[in-house]
Amino acid sequence: MPLSPAELDVIGLTAALAAVTTVILLVLGTPLAWWLATRRTNMSALVEALVALPLVLPPTVLGFYLLLALAPDSPVGMLWQQLTGTRLAFSFSALVIGSVIYSLPFVVQPLQSAFQSLPAGTRQAAATLGASPWDQFRSVVLPISRRSFITAASLGFAHTVGEFGVILMIGGNIPGETQVLSIALYDRVETLQFAEAHRMAAGLVVFSLALLFFIYRQSGASAWRVRT
Amino acid sequence: MSLDLDLHCTGQQGFQLQLQSSIADQGVTALYGPSGSGKSTLLDCIAGLREPGDGSQISFRGQQWLGHGQAVPVWRRRIGYVFQDARLFPHLTVAGNLDYASQRARGRPALERDRLQALLGIDELLPQKPDTLSAGQQQRVAIGRALCSAPQLLLLDEPLANLDPMASAECLTLLQEIANQVDLPMIYVSHDIEELGQLADDLLLLQKGKLVDSGPMMEMSSRLDTQLAHEEQAAAIVSGHIKAQDTHFGLTEIEVEEQVLYVNLLPQAPGSSRRLRIPARDVSICRERPAQSSILNILPVTIAEITTSGGAQLMLRLALGKQFLLARITRKSAERLQLAPGDRVFAQIKSVALLSEAGDAV
Repeated sequence: MPLSPAELDVIGLTAALAAVTTVILLVLGTPLAWWLATRRTNMSALVEALVALPLVLPPTVLGFYLLLALAPDSPVGMLWQQLTGTRLAFSFSALVIGSVIYSLPFVVQPLQSAFQSLPAGTRQAAATLGASPWDQFRSVVLPISRRSFITAASLGFAHTVGEFGVILMIGGNIPGETQVLSIALYDRVETLQFAEAHRMAAGLVVFSLALLFFIYRQSGASAWRVRT
Repeated sequence: MSLDLDLHCTGQQGFQLQLQSSIADQGVTALYGPSGSGKSTLLDCIAGLREPGDGSQISFRGQQWLGHGQAVPVWRRRIGYVFQDARLFPHLTVAGNLDYASQRARGRPALERDRLQALLGIDELLPQKPDTLSAGQQQRVAIGRALCSAPQLLLLDEPLANLDPMASAECLTLLQEIANQVDLPMIYVSHDIEELGQLADDLLLLQKGKLVDSGPMMEMSSRLDTQLAHEEQAAAIVSGHIKAQDTHFGLTEIEVEEQVLYVNLLPQAPGSSRRLRIPARDVSICRERPAQSSILNILPVTIAEITTSGGAQLMLRLALGKQFLLARITRKSAERLQLAPGDRVFAQIKSVALLSEAGDAV
């Protein structure tokens, strides 16, 4: 049975959200993970705790505060309105912001573990050979922790695809704008369209299983280093 | 032109490094001392891997590396560093590791790549990853990598400590050859005085973070007033050159101060110079030349100095021309022979001492 245009829309939107979120997470998460891996202060412990918070909080808590923060009459909402001329709440951009925060630990923690397990003297050796700090990172740290980057990106992507609570709170359920797979599934169940709901649920199971299989096969069980 | 140091460094558990020194801009300078004496800390400060306390200064060839609130970072100091644990890059092959250094070299390396690879015997290892190499092979690659970066100063932190005796002897011979062929000042940290005896030109003795003595290696090893003379393995180092090869008996004749010493057959050609390490415990004293003795090496010497090294033993410093031997004998023998400075006596050296400690894996 071919997918309906509505279903394709939903899948396309979900993939776009996960892809954008993953890219932003890699860009933000890499320096953050580096900082957490190389500094040991009270400040870094606090930041580490904040990063891990989405793992333990009910998504609705996060969603509730995000809803308040992104509302049109909030400072962030008003600033967004002035800069872009559009409303932030219940927009795709709001979903991206929510997803970045929600999936942050899934990207930061594998990277942090990888940076921490890097042999201590390897960067020193590179430095004595004339490599600047950026050169050391590019030529030694990145290639050695390549697998952890793949793991981090995969986990960030998969987790964003699978999120529900935060999106429900801040995204509403606007087809083509904020209706992602998990929400669409909920919507179909609510309206008793069980055949469609089955296909979406089974599709998510197959996709998630395939991705996790890929992660475990390429780097073993150690890839899953998410700690709560 | 030299490496000038003025360091004040506080480490863990109240450890203090306080040191002012000037290290020669050529040859091999050894940092020697018991563990915890601050040798490696000192080396890391020179490299810039560790920042010493306020008021410290380091300058190399007139260029200020540290001082006046400024520090040149490690990667701009143009040093080479051979770590105890090789620290090859695990994601690169042997060739990749060497390339990594070559690509970042500022200046021409002292040895061409081809010659360096041949000298270190790593030609066949080039396509391999570091984790497939033995510890000895890894260390040879690490030495090669450090040289590829065209350093102006080579620092070595106990490079042989993790190697088995065979690999260690091989590596030591290689380092000797490199030191002979390359005009590059080296600072070599070790707690093994035998190793240093073969390699070092100058010696800095460290104890509890302080410089207790320094001077040329040969001179330091034959002095009675340094820490070295009190150690069990105290030994004098003499230099000579190969005079002849006696293939019939499997011996090499080495001329030292117009006297001949016999050692195990050495591979080098006549004329090449050798250092010999003669442990004090293997030297005994006779008033007259023994007419019939199984000991081959009996040299006429003059007693230069006598010191008690505590208890039943005495240490003698024996002049052999311009060089010196050390002998550790019992106080009782010294009294029986009525030994006094200025006496002309004969030193008997057990051949085996020379054989096993000349450093050749024959």
